[in-house]
Amino acid sequence: MTDTVQTPDTFGLWTLGDPIADTKAPGGPIENKWTKRKFDAALVNPANRRKLSVIIVGTGLAGGAAAATLGEAGYHVKSFCFQDSPRRAHSIAAQGGINAAKNYKEDGDSVYRLFYDTVKGGDYRARETNVYRLAEVSANIIDQCVAQGVPFAREYGGLLDNRSFGGVQVSRTFYARGQTGQQLLIGAYQALERQVAEGTVEQYVRHEMLEVIVSGGRARGIIARDLETGEIETHLADAVVLASGGYGNVFFLSTNAMGSNVTATWRAHRKGAYFGNPCYTQIHPTCIPVSGDHQSKLTLMSESLRNDGRIWVPKRREDCDKDPRQIAEADRDYYLERIYPAFGNLVPRDIASRQAKNVCDEGRGVGPVVGDFRRGVYLDFADAIKRLGKSAVEAKYGNLFDMYARITGENPYEVPMRIYPAVHYTMGGLWVDYDLQSNIPGLFVTGEANFSDHGANRLGASALMQGLADGYFVLPNTIRDYLAKGPFDTLDANAPEVAAARTSVQERTQRLLAINGDRSVDSFHKELGHIMWEYCGMERTQEGLLKAIDLIRSLREEFWRNVRVLGSADTLNQSLEKAGRVADFLELGELMCIDALHRRESCGGHFRGESQTEDGEALRHDDQFAYVAAWEFTPEAADGIPGGGMGAPVLHKEDLTYEFIELKQRSYK
Amino acid sequence: MDLTLKIWRQAGPRDKGKLVTYQVEDISPDMSFLEMLDVLNERLNAKGEEPVAFDSDCREGICGMCGLMISGQAHGPEKTTTCQLHMRSFSDGETITIEPWRAEAFPVIRDLVVNRSAFDRIIQAGGFISVNTGSAPDAHATPVPKPNAERAFVAAECIGCGACVAACPNASGMLFMGAKVTHLSELPQGQPERMARVVSMVSTHDAEGFGGCTNIGECSKACPKGIPQDVISTLNRDLRMALSSGH
Ligand SMILES: Cc1cc2nc3c(=O)[nH]c(=O)nc-3n(C[C@H](O)[C@H](O)[C@H](O)COP(=O)(O)OP(=O)(O)OC[C@H]3O[C@@H](n4cnc5c(N)ncnc54)[C@H](O)[C@@H]3O)c2cc1C
Ligand code: FES
Repeated sequence: MTDTVQTPDTFGLWTLGDPIADTKAPGGPIENKWTKRKFDAALVNPANRRKLSVIIVGTGLAGGAAAATLGEAGYHVKSFCFQDSPRRAHSIAAQGGINAAKNYKEDGDSVYRLFYDTVKGGDYRARETNVYRLAEVSANIIDQCVAQGVPFAREYGGLLDNRSFGGVQVSRTFYARGQTGQQLLIGAYQALERQVAEGTVEQYVRHEMLEVIVSGGRARGIIARDLETGEIETHLADAVVLASGGYGNVFFLSTNAMGSNVTATWRAHRKGAYFGNPCYTQIHPTCIPVSGDHQSKLTLMSESLRNDGRIWVPKRREDCDKDPRQIAEADRDYYLERIYPAFGNLVPRDIASRQAKNVCDEGRGVGPVVGDFRRGVYLDFADAIKRLGKSAVEAKYGNLFDMYARITGENPYEVPMRIYPAVHYTMGGLWVDYDLQSNIPGLFVTGEANFSDHGANRLGASALMQGLADGYFVLPNTIRDYLAKGPFDTLDANAPEVAAARTSVQERTQRLLAINGDRSVDSFHKELGHIMWEYCGMERTQEGLLKAIDLIRSLREEFWRNVRVLGSADTLNQSLEKAGRVADFLELGELMCIDALHRRESCGGHFRGESQTEDGEALRHDDQFAYVAAWEFTPEAADGIPGGGMGAPVLHKEDLTYEFIELKQRSYK
Repeated sequence: MDLTLKIWRQAGPRDKGKLVTYQVEDISPDMSFLEMLDVLNERLNAKGEEPVAFDSDCREGICGMCGLMISGQAHGPEKTTTCQLHMRSFSDGETITIEPWRAEAFPVIRDLVVNRSAFDRIIQAGGFISVNTGSAPDAHATPVPKPNAERAFVAAECIGCGACVAACPNASGMLFMGAKVTHLSELPQGQPERMARVVSMVSTHDAEGFGGCTNIGECSKACPKGIPQDVISTLNRDLRMALSSGH
């Protein structure tokens, strides 16, 4: 059942470095820590703030909120995004809602309960101090957003409405129909534009950060490419914040936006920033399945569908291409209801996802054959329609049914919906301390780009909460402690570190254009995605991960020899943009597999084949793995990859101690 | 299905640009419109021709990044965004013309990609509520009557894609601006700056080169989010009130 952990050199793939500690969280009772930290953080005289500059990469909830808030405080902010407007950051796509411990429903919610639920939901792999703070500031977020004019759903009395979300027992989720992310982001965007008008924030749209500048041991700026003109620009500052979102697109197909990428954080990782828990990915069970090889992205449908829909596949493979309505009740396998009678279709995201993959792997999937098998299971509303009536189902889920019909061309009132799991969120990200500062002084990381608050699994409606908590309330307080030491010495644009960063970007760009091989960027990206999904997705084994690492290495080698990127460096060139992002995904993918390989336990959404109970359920190993894996990059010269290839990364462990919450195994049977 | 595409190609902002004809075969009706263009681009790339540049990001109809004139209609024949349009809305053998948004205020950057930063500048002129982080009262301190909250929401659904401008014969940005003015005017929090906001936004709108509104209604018809035309009436009413009160 259990087995022993390998020593670091078992595979020669990584080495063990010194443990690390989060040294910024003050001691004392958990409910006093944040107040104490804010009090202890140095102040900056308002008159000096204008002389202090901060670069913020990203205009999603985490970056947009931070840029607006630091601008209001009077700092000199430069804000960057790769889209044509800050309002288009991927946060816009979040549907369901945002959690906050307001206890407006008097149903027993509290800061402590939100803290507890989040730590447990993260399968005890998140840092207690950060999560407590998140719960603590959550209530302020709602106040701030309402004051900005965010049109949350309201009741007839004019007060805010709440719903319960993702299987929690209290109603703490605030929402704006199915467009919560959009409305929150527009709130942050408007606050940001107000600061642009005030002159405190300089806004750079269609700009992509391609390198971080580290000088004298501190992060001092970035190299960015103006995507419109192709110009490579140097931007210097006293501190740099990365709020660049998640890296789910390493899987090619995900619910992320087309441009979501790892470049900003990966470039920082290459410059020394530790990458925390890269293998922690969330896979969402209710997405619209792939319809063919042309598929460019996947669309999420709200999890609430599982409240009334029943999930099934045919018992026999021969029935898989039949009209589902012709398959008799006795020939259907309602597998979640069968395996988990207590929770049925409402088991957590990770379990629902993994079982769907299992039945499809057995050859019992439905829908079109994609690759070599059918990737889909039925989500059937026939019983719900019989029980509640069509109009009640329509009132509850009408817009989701419409969206499904538009994408698939099928009518879900008549034919069962088909769903399949998809990559949705990445809990891993750059390692940060309690101040949200990476191990490179002056480099801060917020939102989905950092690793900090969700452990091995994120609860619904908590990413929006984290983005805004970081951006409005946490970072502006912690970064001032750092900025109070500035302004730092003026850095010359021709200083060796700056020039080197710039040259490396130019060389890489030229190199990508010069290869002129015969495979497109997308073909490499798709192949990488297949490898990651197959071997580093929901279920992982030692054998599979070792194979994946080999496959990724040879794919990366081929990329730098055989990719075809047309056009030039001095115009808008979308193939070139994609090529740079895929090059970084090809490196990240390997680190994710190494991290997954070393974590020989099942935790959160990650099922490790070698670590299961006798009846096939996930088995965590708190005695061996209750730590954050923070990886340090080791360069190694390699032909054809500007800046060198990847050597064996160094693993630094941050032990997770649970002082306030007791560790337990999850069980849903 | 097989299609003939006539696509606007323009190498840069100062290039003249022209329609170029491409044949694409074997398109599945399940593809989205942009996936069909992805397929074209893969084939062009394989032949050594530079792919067609077009914008998209979320491909879920919410970020507002995509936007093409498809055979003369902003976002094509269905009431949705270009990224949510599927090829089953077209027929085998059809000829489809694909052009960028056309408006003086949205200059072309390359091929089908335009610069919509004028929209950001309209928001900078007043499309916000001035409240610094940390100074907000409790969210329940100010109840908002449900009908106002609902109308604010409907207006706030605007995704800023620019289809309204592209569809309007005058290239007016009034629907976009009216949506923001209505969103904020419906809420108690938006009242203190209501008059100053509308005046400032309208003057920026005009200075950016957007045309005036002559009540044609093409904007609302093209809007993928169905923003109603009455937001323009709200804007005009607020503007009249502001001007007559000396703003
Ligand atoms: C379909 C979907 C639905 C979701 N629903 C919910 C929900 O209901 N509730 C919830 O809590 N969470 C939800 N999430 C998760 C949540 O939306 C995200 O985790 C969160 O919004 C991330 O915010 P962020 O600010 O960290 O990053 P993002 O919003 O992704 O912003 C990233 C920013 O970084 C910029 N950027 C990135 N790289 C570069 C670079 N190299 N150079 C310059 N700029 C760069 C981008 O331009 C962008 O501005 C959902 C996610 C998805 C995909
Ligand atoms: S790509 Fe986001 S709306 Fe179309």
